[in-house]
Amino acid sequence: MRTDEVPQDNSSTYAGHKKLLYARDQDGTYTQVPSTGWEVEAAATKDAVALYQQLADQALEQVRAGEKSPLFYHMYQCRMDPALLAQVTGLFRWRVKWHFRPKPFRRLSQSLLQRYAEALDISVDQLTQTPDTQ
Amino acid sequence: MTSFSHQQSAHCESGVISALLSQRGLKVSEPMAFGLANALAFAYIPVVKLSGQPLIAYRLPPQFIIKGLCKRLGVKVSFRRFKDPIAGAQALDEALDEGQLVGLQTSVYYLPYFPEEMRFHFNAHNLMVYGREGDQYQISDPIFEEPVTVSGKHLNRARFVRGPLAPKGLMYTVESVPESIDYPRVIRAAISRNVKVMLGAPLPIIGVKGIRFLARKIAKLKGSPQEQRLFLGHIVRMQEEIGTGGAGFRFIYASFLQEAAELLSEPELERASEAMTAVGDTWRNFALAVAKQCKQPEAIDHALLAQLLLSCAEGERQLWLDLRTWLQVPKSDSAVASR
Repeated sequence: MRTDEVPQDNSSTYAGHKKLLYARDQDGTYTQVPSTGWEVEAAATKDAVALYQQLADQALEQVRAGEKSPLFYHMYQCRMDPALLAQVTGLFRWRVKWHFRPKPFRRLSQSLLQRYAEALDISVDQLTQTPDTQ
Repeated sequence: MTSFSHQQSAHCESGVISALLSQRGLKVSEPMAFGLANALAFAYIPVVKLSGQPLIAYRLPPQFIIKGLCKRLGVKVSFRRFKDPIAGAQALDEALDEGQLVGLQTSVYYLPYFPEEMRFHFNAHNLMVYGREGDQYQISDPIFEEPVTVSGKHLNRARFVRGPLAPKGLMYTVESVPESIDYPRVIRAAISRNVKVMLGAPLPIIGVKGIRFLARKIAKLKGSPQEQRLFLGHIVRMQEEIGTGGAGFRFIYASFLQEAAELLSEPELERASEAMTAVGDTWRNFALAVAKQCKQPEAIDHALLAQLLLSCAEGERQLWLDLRTWLQVPKSDSAVASR
């Protein structure tokens, strides 16, 4: 990659930041060049973000329909999947899945709620609610 | 802290160790740190899944760069992990009060200064802390342009997150650095090791064989259009997103080869640097082709993408074979004399 080929696409995923790339100048010497983003990379990143958004939206519908607990929604909102949530909280996967049911979730102890809330980087109050009831 | 000036770098781990060593008076550029750690690699491990996608890596696993480089150079680094977050926070404060520059492994997700769309659950990020004012920690994050401050609460959260690659509060400081570096010896050792990783790995999922394996996987990719798009996008993200220097670290390594060529006056290494640049450009073409194929309404042309990856594999194979031949030629006297 030559220095004049370094992409400068002002990607929204960088939020105004620049990242550093290595490229060859006219003499063929490698130098550091700041880049404002590359469309190709941004498209892939947005796709991955959109996937979690889509999962979170679907989950929200299910929570509203009373099929799932708010935990299920907040997990995807936090860009996690069940396997990761289990690892981050240190709980068994089947236990986490059990808490996706509305009834068992309502009976959760304060300490377990706290554990989930911490893992998802939200408060216990937020955890037990979904956006429309807040 | 005597003096510390923040420097942006392409990759977090090589950037942190380069800055830590420079602060101790041992000037090692980022590409040199990356190259001397023989950090370039390729691995496609379908059985290890991260957020539903297989593990694809273009470099050695986290912490290998710091450990490999320091072992090769004879730098002493103290690594500390903690069970108790409070003990971890205290140890950090003590080190800062002593005026030390401290490296930390953290999660990306819980650091508030990361752009929203970049916040994923990746736990092997590296950054440095160079000071503290009350509860605000002064952070030099090598992939950002400017230093930032983070509250103690957020920093501790990021250090003690659980899950894959959990940092367990890992903090490291450089204890001592050698007087000088025997460049001819360490460069040869690093390249030799890297040749073995790329050409001689016993498993078909690592090195050049790994790239071919991924190409075969793409050639017969199945699933819904969205699944295919996410899989291909995942490859591109691993290749281009934060801290790869573009093209999955290939350009950083080419820069290392160029620096090495100059230090040792070895034209063969300059040629290898050019070849590595060409391979990096092929990787970029692959990413571009993926983006194009995913945008167009027709079905994805698997054969085309697989072919591009195979040419990456072929380019790398040739380059590493040439480097292996170079290593077998005995050292010329002029090379030993310099530095």
